[in-house]
Amino acid sequence: MAAVHLTKADFDEKIKTGVAMVDFWAEWCGPCKMAAPVIDQLSDEYAGKVLIGKVDVDTQGELAQKFGVMSIPTVILFKDGVEVARQVGFAGKAGYLELLKKA
Amino acid sequence: MLDRLDLPGKPGILSYLRKRRRLMEIYDVIIIGSGPAGLTAGIYTSRANLKTLMIAGSKWGGQLMLTTGVENYPGFLNGIQGPDLMTNMRKQAEKHGVEIVDEDMVRIEIGDRPYKTYTTNRTYMGRAMIIATGAVTQWLNVPGEQELIGRGVSSCAPCDAPFFKGKKVVVVGGGDAAMEEALVLTKFADEVTIVHRRGEFRASRIMQERIKNNPKIKVRFNTEVAEIIGKEKVEKVKFKDGSEMEVDGIFVAVGHKPASQIFEGKIDLDEKDYIRRQGAKYHTMSNVEGVFVAGDVHDYRYRQAITAAGYGCEAALDAERWLSEA
Repeated sequence: MAAVHLTKADFDEKIKTGVAMVDFWAEWCGPCKMAAPVIDQLSDEYAGKVLIGKVDVDTQGELAQKFGVMSIPTVILFKDGVEVARQVGFAGKAGYLELLKKA
Repeated sequence: MLDRLDLPGKPGILSYLRKRRRLMEIYDVIIIGSGPAGLTAGIYTSRANLKTLMIAGSKWGGQLMLTTGVENYPGFLNGIQGPDLMTNMRKQAEKHGVEIVDEDMVRIEIGDRPYKTYTTNRTYMGRAMIIATGAVTQWLNVPGEQELIGRGVSSCAPCDAPFFKGKKVVVVGGGDAAMEEALVLTKFADEVTIVHRRGEFRASRIMQERIKNNPKIKVRFNTEVAEIIGKEKVEKVKFKDGSEMEVDGIFVAVGHKPASQIFEGKIDLDEKDYIRRQGAKYHTMSNVEGVFVAGDVHDYRYRQAITAAGYGCEAALDAERWLSEA
């Protein structure tokens, strides 16, 4: 199962409870293309435990702005709707696993 | 044979066996790095029937993954996007049989042969090695910089430029990379100032022309950044002459340094940490028998995608000859 695409309409609701990891990305970004398969893989491995989501900054500019995303990929970890940590730049699978440990 | 064990819905068995096989296997060539040098080397060694493993790193593809249009790589009439070029090279290498693992190398052992390479996941053995680890971003190392990466400080305009729509940004540097960053930024930002510590650019003539002709770009020569200031995000930049400038973003393009740290003490490096190529018979060889070098990790002079690819080819041909004589 690939990561869930989140929009302004459902973002708050989806990340409200539990742990969520959200990848801010765009079609035109090279490193995002490297990150995408890793994010999808994690969404398989953590299915049912962590919500792994994706936000397209082109169509969801407001969300990107709300979280001060100025560089992509940026992956933000949320716990019960509150930001716990973030990783700017593609970090590889190991980097994202490290990030998840902070939840 | 192994492929017959790939049961539908049970990919675990096959991947487990593949893993075991890799553990026991001795490769003819292990290539470390997956930019143009590494991938070209792989295309050559695999086509020479050498069993080739590439340790690509989790951030595979090298510097070109952080670029947009590449216009000086021959064969692409209308240019090609950097990430697309690298994806194609990777597919081409895989097509010819290079096994690629997206793992990061942690250390090598080059005392006894076969040589051992340790990654974050496991150990691989190879008879010869080609080091093509390339170069990494050289940051300015000024106060505020590391804290504000991703909050206005960036080394990748193609990745981050759209976040600076209608904003004011600074690009630091004087080479082609800095010019490209500035040009990419003009598509979004209102004002782009290139700050360079010298009195003239070392960028190619064509790039300098494009800068000159772009009304959004200003240039400040003989200026060095002293500090980047901002709380949640970049607010202003302070220069060494004491002056300040209000900006929303700073793009650092002052160059790269060789990714050779991991080889320190094991392979001869020069005073700037580039690996020395010094084989007498095989001139791409390092001071260690059977360890060859290609691309930006040794080349401080040209640093182009096409020269890196050329060096990769040289190293592969040398490795092939060395293996046949070893």
